[in-house]
Amino acid sequence: MASDIYRKPIMFALVSAVVILVGTFVTMFIPMMTPQMHPRLENLMPYTPLQLAGRDIYQREGCNNCHTQTVRPLRTEVMRYGEYSKAGEFAYDYPFLWGSKRTGPDLARIGKKYPDAWHERHFENPREFYPESNMPSYGWLKMHALDPASVRSHMDALAFPYTQDEISALQGRTEMDAIVAYMQVVGTAVTKKAGGDVKPRVSAPEVRNPLAGDPAATAAGKELYGENCSVCHGASGEGDIGPSLVDGMFLYVEGDLEDEDYFEMIYNGSEEGNVEAGRVMQGGMPAFGEELSKDEIWSIIAFIRTLQGK
Amino acid sequence: MSDYQYDNQTVKGFILSSIFWGVVGIVIGLWISIQMWAPSWNVPPFFTFGRMRVVHTNGLAFGFGVGAIFGIFYYITMRLTKRPLVFPGLARFHLYLFNAAIALAAISLFAGMNQSLEYAELEWPLDIVVVILWVMFAVNIFGTIMKRREEQMYISLWYIIATVIAVAVLYIVNNLAVPAGLFKSYSLFAGINSANVQWWYGHNAVGFIFTTPILAMFYYFLPKSTGLPIFSHRLSIIAFWSLVFAYLWTGAHHLVYTPLPDWIQTLAIAFSLFLIAPSWGSVVNGYYTVAPDWSRMRTHYLTKFFILGITFYGLQTVQGPTQAIRVVSQLIHFTDWVPGHVHMGTMGWVTMTAAASIYYIIPKIYNTEIYSVKVANTHFYLVLIGQLMFSITMWITGIQQGALWKAVNPDGTLKYTFMEGLAKNYPYWHMRTLSGIIFTLGMLFFIYNVFMTMRRGSIPALSRKGGVR
Ligand code: HEC
Ligand code: HEC
Ligand code: HEM
Ligand SMILES: [Fe+2]
Repeated sequence: MASDIYRKPIMFALVSAVVILVGTFVTMFIPMMTPQMHPRLENLMPYTPLQLAGRDIYQREGCNNCHTQTVRPLRTEVMRYGEYSKAGEFAYDYPFLWGSKRTGPDLARIGKKYPDAWHERHFENPREFYPESNMPSYGWLKMHALDPASVRSHMDALAFPYTQDEISALQGRTEMDAIVAYMQVVGTAVTKKAGGDVKPRVSAPEVRNPLAGDPAATAAGKELYGENCSVCHGASGEGDIGPSLVDGMFLYVEGDLEDEDYFEMIYNGSEEGNVEAGRVMQGGMPAFGEELSKDEIWSIIAFIRTLQGK
Repeated sequence: MSDYQYDNQTVKGFILSSIFWGVVGIVIGLWISIQMWAPSWNVPPFFTFGRMRVVHTNGLAFGFGVGAIFGIFYYITMRLTKRPLVFPGLARFHLYLFNAAIALAAISLFAGMNQSLEYAELEWPLDIVVVILWVMFAVNIFGTIMKRREEQMYISLWYIIATVIAVAVLYIVNNLAVPAGLFKSYSLFAGINSANVQWWYGHNAVGFIFTTPILAMFYYFLPKSTGLPIFSHRLSIIAFWSLVFAYLWTGAHHLVYTPLPDWIQTLAIAFSLFLIAPSWGSVVNGYYTVAPDWSRMRTHYLTKFFILGITFYGLQTVQGPTQAIRVVSQLIHFTDWVPGHVHMGTMGWVTMTAAASIYYIIPKIYNTEIYSVKVANTHFYLVLIGQLMFSITMWITGIQQGALWKAVNPDGTLKYTFMEGLAKNYPYWHMRTLSGIIFTLGMLFFIYNVFMTMRRGSIPALSRKGGVR
């Protein structure tokens, strides 16, 4: 009886279709019908026209073949990239862009990590910042103007809200502007939770630099500064993408600050609206607390003091 | 002898097309492997890594893989039903449309039209063409099976039927999208749900393009080329049903530790472990088929292709479930280990088995013998060495990457920056290009052998030799 099925192709096809579809039904179809598969963080916003245009470019260029966009809840991964990914962060991603290969670093928390100018220079030539990078150069995006009409039709297809002004503002903007705008919004629904950041800022263990004036530490600090800081603050602290470190101002206010404030700035990085010693940040300084040890940070500060002639 | 005729021209057309797209896919594979260590090989906008990688995967999965599947399935189905295709004209049109579609697919991917769904990158107009192609194929296959002259359906036909059904469902569902112009669309699914749908598809695209069709070839050509019958029919039955049942539960093993609900991940991991059983059902069946006379590994040159092929399938189906486990996924997910796994399957199992099937078919339809067994053996060893080197170097560098990412200093800070980890990959990425070159050389020997065999034989437009299964 059962062996009859191997003589009856229609029967066979029906039975195998049912057998194949059971797993589909349980693991794919049923969950899709439940709210647990459609969570949305309260402060998550749909993409703006410029951001969506950037996301389209991300898809077109296949950045997801080298970059992931999901931080797993593993200790070292959270240290390296930031808060682990939440289910509700991706509600406007049609489709998700988590990727499956990390040839380059994860980008789930790239939003607001760097200033716009950093991204533009990096896209122009990644090897300027990291000589061993294998990321392709994307400077040519600057030569391609956005087409407001097609961006609008993309917004319409997704039924995302927009204003006519936002569309008109695309006139004259380039694909570079768009990809940077997209980078700056990725993952910010979590880090920019109402009421400040997720990770509390860490305070310096000491007020004064314990390694101040130490020649070995200063030499090590010089090296570390060259590797980590000079791309933004210039080779001798004169400022470039980031502000000058030698102009007697700190966070846009006249008057230098203590070693501990330097330490906290370097350890925690900056986010728009954060405050250090009463001075308000604009954001764009990456955090180094997970990559540099405390002594390394103090060494860099010792070196910065020599740049300042102190 | 029987009095019916086989449409060999279409079979031949698909096999040659598949070889052509295979060459394109492999050359692009070499190119992107160089881009990994020499970024100056990126030529924007069309030839950058991000765009070309998908031309490589699509070219080989759909151009080479599916092209070979179409041709070889037509061949097998005609023999197993003891009759020609019901619609030979449709099959011929199928061939032309297939090549047009793959050419357009390659162009559109170079142009950056990409849905960003792995193995389902093609934009919506081409998705429609793919569905049409599949329907044309299904109509011919089912029609021919319905009108067969052999009552019993052999094992290979089960796998063929399952493939036709599963791929249709998978492809259509995962590609559902809202068009935003002719060249752009957005998936119908968003966020974690889209991830779940995509990997339900992605895993089973592997299952129903790189596994079940290849098993159909294996079950048909292994007995044919060794002259030994399949060891156990009962084992074949158990392996078939448990495989097609379990496969569809496991997609979320690609999403371990992501925000996808845990229960879906856990279920996928459990079923992945179970999958070892049906997979090894076929492996054991293959080994025991040859067991009565292992000397055929030497005397029948194709035997070793099939036995090595199924061995890689066996290794693959132990490695895969292991990767699915959380502790292992933690380490190797996102690293170069995964391409190591992938290429043992695609270069070892799929290409080995498909090439051997083609070696069997071409002399049959040209009424001749293989041009050179020696060349075939050279092909075999080059491909074997290239593939092993590829996978082993990628496993090593993958584990190293995973370990460096996780390493911490005694004071709790991360031991390596991302760039320090990346720089350590370069020697292995050089080795990978070298192994790719060795593999490509092997494939050139294969192609040479196929062409010389064709030159030596003559193809009757319709062959009257009714080969019996
Ligand atoms: C061949 C692989 C590859 C491709 C393709 C690629 N990248 Fe990268 N990307 C890298 C690597 C490696 C790094 C790390 C070194 C560096 O910063 O250049 C990186 C770094 C980055 C960074 C800095 C991340 C950080 O936290 O410092 C950003 C942003 C970025 N890529 C965005 C993109 C975008 C957007 C695209 C597509 C237009 C893209 N990448 C395409 C490999 C790639
Ligand atoms: C990606 C670019 C970038 C890198 C790399 C970078 N910084 Fe900054 N840095 C900034 C920006 C932007 C600010 C302004 C922060 C703000 O307004 O929130 C800043 C502010 C600072 C300040 C406050 C000084 C002032 O005058 O306002 C210090 C000190 C500092 N950075 C030190 C460092 C050190 C030390 C390193 C290397 C370990 C470093 N930075 C690496 C971009 C960078
Ligand atoms: C029992 C059988 C198998 C299981 C359970 C399995 C499991 C897995 C898992 C868990 C991954 C994801 C690895 C990661 O990203 O962390 C993976 C990737 C992959 N496997 Fe397998 N595997 C199996 C057999 C095969 C076979 C036979 C092939 C044939 C070619 C294959 C091809 C692939 C491919 C192409 C990928 C890469 C997917 C991607 O990320 O793009 N697998 N497999
Ligand atoms: Fe899988």
